[in-house]
Amino acid sequence: MSLKDAVRKYVAAGCHMSIGGFTVSRNPMAAVYEIIRQGIYNIHLYAHSNGQGVDELIGAGCVSRLEIAYAGSGRFAPTCIRFKKAVQSGDIVVEDYSNYQMTLRFLAGAMGVPFLPTRSSLGTDIMAKWGFSAKMRAEDPRLPDQKLTVMDNPFGSWGDAPKLVLVPAINCDVTLIHAQKADREGTVRMEGLVFSDIEQVKSAKHVIVTCEELVEPDDLKANPDQNQIPSFCVDAVVHVPGGAYPTACYRYYDYDPGYLNEYRRYAEDDMLYKKYLEEFIHGLKDHQALLDKAGKDRLDMIRADQRTGYAVGLDRR
Amino acid sequence: MKMDYTLKELMTIAAAREIRDGDIVFCGTGISMLAAMAAKNISAPNSVIFFETGAIDSLLEEVPLAVSDSRVMFGTSVNGNLADAFATMQNRITGPHVVGIMGAAQIDKYGNLNSTTIGDYFSPKVRFSGSGGACDVASFVGRTITFMQHEKRKFVQKLDYITSPGWLDGPDGRKKAGLPDGGPASVVTNMATMGFDETTKEMFLTGFFPGITPQQILDNMGFEIDVSRAKEVAPPTAYELQILREKCDPQRLILG
Repeated sequence: MSLKDAVRKYVAAGCHMSIGGFTVSRNPMAAVYEIIRQGIYNIHLYAHSNGQGVDELIGAGCVSRLEIAYAGSGRFAPTCIRFKKAVQSGDIVVEDYSNYQMTLRFLAGAMGVPFLPTRSSLGTDIMAKWGFSAKMRAEDPRLPDQKLTVMDNPFGSWGDAPKLVLVPAINCDVTLIHAQKADREGTVRMEGLVFSDIEQVKSAKHVIVTCEELVEPDDLKANPDQNQIPSFCVDAVVHVPGGAYPTACYRYYDYDPGYLNEYRRYAEDDMLYKKYLEEFIHGLKDHQALLDKAGKDRLDMIRADQRTGYAVGLDRR
Repeated sequence: MKMDYTLKELMTIAAAREIRDGDIVFCGTGISMLAAMAAKNISAPNSVIFFETGAIDSLLEEVPLAVSDSRVMFGTSVNGNLADAFATMQNRITGPHVVGIMGAAQIDKYGNLNSTTIGDYFSPKVRFSGSGGACDVASFVGRTITFMQHEKRKFVQKLDYITSPGWLDGPDGRKKAGLPDGGPASVVTNMATMGFDETTKEMFLTGFFPGITPQQILDNMGFEIDVSRAKEVAPPTAYELQILREKCDPQRLILG
């Protein structure tokens, strides 16, 4: 299936969606750009610490509600710029959690339980302030009635934790991730840190995986302990080399400092950002066209070194 | 007297000195990562640097610009995931050994932190990135060190939003809320170092940087702190500077 078809089939206006990766690493950028190109709006987006992917979806106007722990792109944008503007102007409704809470929420969804407990956030405004009001929750069957709730330890003094915060499960309509390797049946192998991609995949009704290399099932089966996701969790596998660009893909390429710095310049100005959307997304046919636009020299510069998995000595100013 | 080091270098070294050999050091991006690297290379060789993304004992040949940077994945002992990294901090056996290095937009006298919004949460004047793992770290670990810019608008009477719990409202705050033991140990700024009183859990001045007076420090805070116990912070030694400059951040990506 092509990425165009996969997005058309599994990503719909108003859907609940999560994207994998972390700040400037392994964001499913090719899929993000395709969603923007297809003009899919009113998305309810979930992420833990997501940077570039979240910011571009928000910047393009695709997102109406966001549940998130952290919106930043490392040193390139300590707070994601279009995210910041959209929250300040009230263009999106945001609800804040911590990273562990978001991860546990995906895990609860993946485990098939309605909630999981943690000791994080007791006494804070993450507990006290709800981005989505009680009324909004009561009216929307797709939202839990409460953001978070505190319970006394039902096992008394066992475990030495008198109170626990319960975090509600997330089960999205669709999760998008970008991985290093997959086969056509849907088995997935990520390399390096997996972030919360596995929980995000296993809690979603549908999953689109883009990958650097589409390999034979037997190749992945030769070292099964290195695979994380079984085929029955995945609906579509699309071979998209460079699919995380301009974010990094460990052992394949680094983030592109040039692109991310340029993006920041565009993002800071509303008029310039319109130009960005036109020139870098709508005006391009597909992700390959973006890589072609970046050009061979730039891609060579960020190509990962075999020893380290990143581009050694890359100028990152 | 002319300084042969920058304020940022002194801040990094001052924080690095707080890290004990054998600590498990949780760090975020920027200067906190650099302080952890400096400590490991100078005074705490057996400390283990770890990131919320799941990277443990990263070699850090180059400075990562984000905690998901591929540079944190190289030379590690374990590359894990978020669920595992936060469990390590919540874990009652490993958690107390973790020291978390934090940063924030606002801090109050009990070391509670705001990294979410300035102004009303529902119609913010300024929106920041949000908690990320900060609230989790502050909730769970044995002690935390916080980097701040020393400004009145950052050291405030009342936070606009409590993202990460410090001592909450005083000595019993954490216990009443149901949080684990542990909490803020120190604050490092561009002017001073601060600790928290054993009894009151209120912030007090422990050290002032060379050339800075306690009064200047108070003039840049929105609340009063005890300055009677403060001493001048020792400037970085030649060795500390050499390691920091040559080994930790030779490109000066963070030191500037």
